Amino acid sequence: MLVLTRKNNESIQIGEDIEIKVLGIEGEQIKIGISAPKSVDIYRKELYTEIKEQNNAAASISVDVLKLMREIKEK
Amino acid sequence: MKIETKYHGEIEIKKEKVIHFINGLPGFPDETDFIILDLQNDAVFQVLQSVHTSALAFVITSPYLFYEGYSIELNDDVLEALSIKNKEEVVVYTIVTLTDPFVKSTINLRAPIVINSKVLKGKQYILNDTEHSSKAPISPEQKEVK
Repeated sequence: MLVLTRKNNESIQIGEDIEIKVLGIEGEQIKIGISAPKSVDIYRKELYTEIKEQNNAAASISVDVLKLMREIKEK
Repeated sequence: MKIETKYHGEIEIKKEKVIHFINGLPGFPDETDFIILDLQNDAVFQVLQSVHTSALAFVITSPYLFYEGYSIELNDDVLEALSIKNKEEVVVYTIVTLTDPFVKSTINLRAPIVINSKVLKGKQYILNDTEHSSKAPISPEQKEVK
């Protein structure tokens, strides 16, 4: 991972069209502004990871889906 | 065109029915083309089947069937990304994580699948609120899901 040190109000430019700017530092919290094209999805990492894991779990279910569906219908 | 599927064997699909997910899905960034098939002859569950990877298929359903009051707000970015012009074009699904026994199954209300049914563009839209869970019980009365 590339590590850069930045002060408040300083930015990092990634490629042609992504800018990440430090907008404020308060104790343990850092406020970050991101300018990026709309086609780029931006998420809090832990949320993205959660959805990714849930998708993986949903895609790799080991239950016999068709059998389960038959059982539901019979109820 | 003919495709191989996870739950339906080899089937013939119409190219015009393929839904394009421009950024794939979280965890599956290269999977950009899906088709929706009925899981069986029932209206409750469908399958979001990858067109290119036969083994990749999600069981999906309408979140409103299980959570009547479910509502989401689409921001301008997603409206633009999916070329959504009016409400009527939008179809919302939720991915089901099926479990045996069935009542222990969960649905992902935090990241619904939003589709523009007119232009067939889709996206898994991650909500920024904390109100909705990615593991909401499929039976709302079953509060304990671990």
